[in-house]
Amino acid sequence: MTQNVDEIFERICTLLKPFNKKDIAIGKDTTFSIDLELDSLTVMDMLSEIEDEFDITIPLNMLPDLETVGQFTDAVHKLLSE
Amino acid sequence: MTLDLFEKFDPILNDYNSLPDGAENPFTVSMEKVLSPTTAIINGRETILAGTNNYMGMTFNPECMAAAQEALTDFGTGTTGSRVLNGTYNSHKQLEETLKEFYDCQHAIVFSTGYQANLGVIATLAGPKDYVVIDTDSHASIYDGCAMGNATVVRFKHNDPDNLDKRLNRIRRDDPEAGILVVLEGVYSMLGDQAPLKELTRISKKHNAYVLVDEAHSIGVFGETGRGVAQEQDVEDQVDFIIGTFSKSVGTIGGYCVSNHPKFEALRLVCRPYIFTASLPPSVVASATKALELIASTNLRSKLLDNSMRLNKGLCDVGFNMGTTGESPIAAIVIDDQDTAIAFWGEMIKEGVYVNLALPPATPNRMNLMRCSLSAAHSFAQIDFMLEKFTLVGKRLGILQDKVASLTG
Repeated sequence: MTQNVDEIFERICTLLKPFNKKDIAIGKDTTFSIDLELDSLTVMDMLSEIEDEFDITIPLNMLPDLETVGQFTDAVHKLLSE
Repeated sequence: MTLDLFEKFDPILNDYNSLPDGAENPFTVSMEKVLSPTTAIINGRETILAGTNNYMGMTFNPECMAAAQEALTDFGTGTTGSRVLNGTYNSHKQLEETLKEFYDCQHAIVFSTGYQANLGVIATLAGPKDYVVIDTDSHASIYDGCAMGNATVVRFKHNDPDNLDKRLNRIRRDDPEAGILVVLEGVYSMLGDQAPLKELTRISKKHNAYVLVDEAHSIGVFGETGRGVAQEQDVEDQVDFIIGTFSKSVGTIGGYCVSNHPKFEALRLVCRPYIFTASLPPSVVASATKALELIASTNLRSKLLDNSMRLNKGLCDVGFNMGTTGESPIAAIVIDDQDTAIAFWGEMIKEGVYVNLALPPATPNRMNLMRCSLSAAHSFAQIDFMLEKFTLVGKRLGILQDKVASLTG
């Protein structure tokens, strides 16, 4: 049931809505810390919701490399394909 | 042009520099003299200590002090060396024997701090192919142990058995053979809430995971003989490793890990935070040993919890928004905004009460807390003095009136 990257991106965008306080347009280049102004704790909470949505384990160790929504999407895609 | 290495700290420095000067700055306070486990001279005035984690009031216990003084005289001020070189004295081994008796278990290793115990045990036990599963509200030393190690780190929602189960299920589904270490705390320090260890250990064992419980804030405080929450909830046989500290109920400094795992002693050969640091000074070892004996043989727990209930109930009754219930030695008032919390702290110190100002990210759910940790050594008169001052300052800052207004309006 491997999903394509665009579907994953859409689902992540839906999950991000409650975290998108300023209601900015989200693209693959959108960053969590600067554009969405999320602190590291909020990013960890969001990661937990994405884990449950896709039923995958996203190791905390990956977080430093996941600065943008696009990077997150690619990581989820890779984890789903494994 | 080269980068200033300190530029990244500008935001936090700006926040820090906006704090009040002098006596009202919670991060520069110092104690001029400590009079007892519950009183000190701060800013020239006698102050009640209501935030020192000195749960048993052990810091001035005459037997502990006598033991420390004797060790100081006989063995000097420090060991100047690692446990694996010149830093193991008979007293270090004796302290480990005392811990084994205290926990009725096979193995005990003493570290130089509680922080290093978590750092060392977590980072060393869980290797590159293993998983560490931690609670979201874990202490910094647990997060740092994860960061120092090579294992895959997964978080579960605070004290939520179903959330843990879901995560362990996924790990087992993807990797049936993986070694898994679940790290829990007996009592979470900010709000004093206990982990539901019965449920959490049952789920961990269902997935063949090891369980480590950090009893830093619960040793001495809970359990029939003061071993902590695992004893209180009767799940000690489900816990593989217990970590603790000497810096709270035991009244000095140091950390330890106890276990019945047959190969546990191997940690002494591979655990870097154990090896590459100097061992505890003889006086500290002596007072810790004596304090453990006293904790096992005397029951100060009911006095401590009575004190906590009195303060928690009193604060709740006058209308404060409490983050705690009085079932642990912590009393924490939730304050809506950070500036009010900082001002509250400054007013309390002026009134002669030292409490902890706890701010995010050290707190759960981004709360601003006025946090008290009670001691069995507090008298009811001291608790009532704290209550009086909290109420006074709460009214002065408009927190309590607001509450009344919003209830009637």
